[in-house]
Amino acid sequence: MELFINQILAGISTGAIYACMALAVVMIYQAIDHLNFAQGEMAMFSTFISWQLMQWGMPYWAAFFITIALSFAGGIAIERVMFKPLAKAPILTNVAGFIALYSIINSSAGLIWDFTIKQYPTPFGSAPFLGSQLISTHQAGMIGVTILLLIGLYAFFRYTRVGLAMRAAASLPESARLVGINTSWMIALGWGMAAAIGSIAGMMIAPVVFLEPNMMLGVLIYGFAAAVLGGLTSPFGAVIGGFLVGIFENLAGTYIPGIGNELKLPIALALIISVLVVKPAGLFGRPIVKRV
Amino acid sequence: MLSQKLRLAALATAVVFFTSGAALAQKKYDAGASDTEIKIGNIIPYSGPASAYGVIGKTEEAYFNKINAEGGINGRKIKFISYDDSYSPPKAVEQARKLVESDEVLLIFNSLGTPSNSAIQKYLNAKKVPQLFVATGASKWNDPKNFPWTMGWQPSYQSEAHIYAKYLLKEKPEGKIGVLYQNDDFGKDYLNGLKDGLADKSSMIVAEEGYETSEPSIDNHIVRLKASGADVFISVTTPKFAAQAIKRLAEIDWHPLHIVSNVSASVGGVLKPAGFENSQGILSSAYAKDGSDPQWDNDPGMKKFYAFLEKYYPEGDRLNASTVYGYGVAQTLVQVLKQCGDELTRENVMKQAASLNDFEPDTLLPGIKINTSPTDFAPIKQLQMMRFKGEKWELFGPIMSGQLNEQSSFQ
Amino acid sequence: MSAAVEEVVTEAPAVEAVPKRAMTLGTGTSLTVLALLVVAPLFVKNFIIFQMTMLLVYGLAVLALNILTGGSGQFSLGQSAFYAIGAYTSAILMEQYNVNYVLTLPVSGALCFAAGFLFGQPALRLSGVYLALATFALATAMPQLLKLNFLEPWTGGVQGLVVTKPDAPFGLPMSQDMWLYYFTLVITIAIYIASVNLLRSRSGRAFMAIRDNEIAASAMGIDVALYKTLAFGVSAGITGVAGSLGAIVVQFVAPDSYTITLAIALFLGMVVGGVGWLPGSIVGSAFIIFVPNIAESISKGLSGAVFGVLLFLVIFAVPHGARQVAIVCQQALAKYKRR
Repeated sequence: MELFINQILAGISTGAIYACMALAVVMIYQAIDHLNFAQGEMAMFSTFISWQLMQWGMPYWAAFFITIALSFAGGIAIERVMFKPLAKAPILTNVAGFIALYSIINSSAGLIWDFTIKQYPTPFGSAPFLGSQLISTHQAGMIGVTILLLIGLYAFFRYTRVGLAMRAAASLPESARLVGINTSWMIALGWGMAAAIGSIAGMMIAPVVFLEPNMMLGVLIYGFAAAVLGGLTSPFGAVIGGFLVGIFENLAGTYIPGIGNELKLPIALALIISVLVVKPAGLFGRPIVKRV
Repeated sequence: MLSQKLRLAALATAVVFFTSGAALAQKKYDAGASDTEIKIGNIIPYSGPASAYGVIGKTEEAYFNKINAEGGINGRKIKFISYDDSYSPPKAVEQARKLVESDEVLLIFNSLGTPSNSAIQKYLNAKKVPQLFVATGASKWNDPKNFPWTMGWQPSYQSEAHIYAKYLLKEKPEGKIGVLYQNDDFGKDYLNGLKDGLADKSSMIVAEEGYETSEPSIDNHIVRLKASGADVFISVTTPKFAAQAIKRLAEIDWHPLHIVSNVSASVGGVLKPAGFENSQGILSSAYAKDGSDPQWDNDPGMKKFYAFLEKYYPEGDRLNASTVYGYGVAQTLVQVLKQCGDELTRENVMKQAASLNDFEPDTLLPGIKINTSPTDFAPIKQLQMMRFKGEKWELFGPIMSGQLNEQSSFQ
Repeated sequence: MSAAVEEVVTEAPAVEAVPKRAMTLGTGTSLTVLALLVVAPLFVKNFIIFQMTMLLVYGLAVLALNILTGGSGQFSLGQSAFYAIGAYTSAILMEQYNVNYVLTLPVSGALCFAAGFLFGQPALRLSGVYLALATFALATAMPQLLKLNFLEPWTGGVQGLVVTKPDAPFGLPMSQDMWLYYFTLVITIAIYIASVNLLRSRSGRAFMAIRDNEIAASAMGIDVALYKTLAFGVSAGITGVAGSLGAIVVQFVAPDSYTITLAIALFLGMVVGGVGWLPGSIVGSAFIIFVPNIAESISKGLSGAVFGVLLFLVIFAVPHGARQVAIVCQQALAKYKRR
């Protein structure tokens, strides 16, 4: 029983990582209606920028906010330079573009900052949280930041004009244009926000997994899975999805005898797929009705 | 007068003798070698998931540049042709064939990764091209009978595991061992070596946890290992995961006897990021000096290494264990080629590689020597245990060889 | 964000419609390409022949993905899994049971067809990103499955299996490489012709109807479930044969050879070759084999970035892949003829 509780707690603490990333995934999905394979790398690059700023002597919070601003600008720049010209190209060509971007960012980061792992500071400390050694104050802080982001995103999409316009531009671009929304800039804005949220995720995750160019590779897979499980249209679902994936993965690894440990990622993914077969829009997503 | 004439005559005969001597030991070349040049092929992942190892190739290239700048080997310049296989075995085969059939190299040197080397081993042996000093710690490279053209360099993972097994049997015979291993050739080889080494006491291992490199964090494995009641924790991990484990252990307040594999024993690359305060008392073993450990700052060998980095590879990071590795292995190759003299045939390369005698590259620990013979294709067999204290490793105990008795009789 | 709000979308199909005639090459062009493929190996080194063989093998795998995506509109990032099943089937049969290599190919094909058909069942309910995630899961699971302890007696575990390269039969005076090349070429051509015919057949039209509009297709009486799973099966079967050939040519199988990277490479090959244009498969295959080499020769430290930039320039210049180039050439030629 103690192991069970411990595994759930450990699941929550890893789940926080996935939840953070899943929020960024949902953000970009809301803006461009598909998944960006380079998202993890963009977050990694942002995190390196903040690390570099701190190496140059900047205090944590200054570096934190400057990085968010830079990432926002960087996301918009990437969209304007690389993906706006591809706006008319088929979706699969865009996906190939994401893969190209992935390759470019990963390789450049390796050249600039090397592949040795780097320690990344946490503003929350790493003492045990509320007496549980399984969740540190950093992880609790990370969960807190995730929830703040979630509330912020929810309010943004639900109550601000820009948020509503962005949703409209993503799901019904033509109708959105008819009501006077500049869909092209909405997409760019979405990229910027996704990059900014990704940078927060990166800066929260780095103290746990250590900073290096490949740090987001695994995180992104789980982030996708979490977002898809929770429903790609729902920030709330994405966060819940993140925790569920984290907990389930740990329990599968512990309690499925024999292969559970070796195959916990495939088992976790298989479970998500079974959920999708029953609920194709994810746990909290809105069902989509297609017209002929 | 007479004596002077005699002396002249003697000098003349000496000159004649020496020149004819050189002519007698006639120059012999295989593809890839000539009076002016030796072509060496290399395969390393510069891109893809294992691109961190690309540094090894770059260090080697820089080292050969240094050799060339200093006049080359017996007057011949080294041409180092290094290709990327992105850690994919099919690509490694393509690159190996390109090196042998198109670039016509004399030998393939320090190709990296167990899967990639396994993929090209048969081809190179059939073609009789030396596959020299492969960059992997699998034990299967020491097999001169079946693969006379393949040779390893670093101590095998298994022999390193044997050393820990010996240590544990002696110091902690009642210990309960929990192993965290990377689920690939490295981790599995190591685990097998550990079980071998413990022999009939292998029941000391109470928990094994394999992780995949795609996992972002290994928290859950650590939780399970702790729950298993283990009081010895062996971490067969690559640097990122080793550092995570060290940090995590401290966070959950678990203090077993902690052994880290040599792969992740770098002070600058693992222990410093994980926190020195969390790393006290960790055990490991080494065969090379750590470029990031201040205790070697005044070591003559390491001074040469630092000077090399500064002049020929300034962007190279001395914290990165791969630079020390690349330097040492390149130096060993240069020694082999020096021994070859003017007979630069593939056969002679293997013959000389198999007759290294007490060779000591600048970067190996004091007392560790490279020895090979026609029946012994494992250049480095020795390691020394060490314990982390303060901000550096403290070596202790004798220099050990990891060969088990059964294994040496088996050879 | 209440669940009651339903989004109604008239979604553009993920894969644009390619008319079936545009899926192939004209007779003249086909024969020229064929003649080139037959004659070229006689004049080049063995190493180049090896590369050309790999070109055909990956070409076959890209073709298989093209049938699935370009034909039936289903997206897959899991092709590396079927490729691995094919490769391991051949390797295990050849090395552990001494089966002749030629006989292993139909076994791989059949096994992968079955695997693909079965996988197609749950995949029926999924589309777009969801299908991408499901197939992606398959691709990440495969290397881990191959490493499983209890399979080790057959698969060789993490160490993989070494495969013996076959000699040319009947005492033909040609090198192993050349023989394997022609062997692969014959199989590739056979599969290519069969695929072209499949897409021109009733089933092919059903695939394309599903691709263009699933609901409309089912309204026309097409058994959508059957044809979608069938497309998965056929695609997996061809990928399996490609995997088998790959294993024989490379002489080695290991879990690390068949990671998600391979699936992504095959996907890129399809995009660069042109989605839905079968002859483009070979162009795509050339891209994924040679462009990394070019990138590496430009810069070692940045080879990944250079590859990314080259890839981006290509899709930027021709978003529809090699098909677009072919169409432009055709139009230019037609104009010239008219004059």
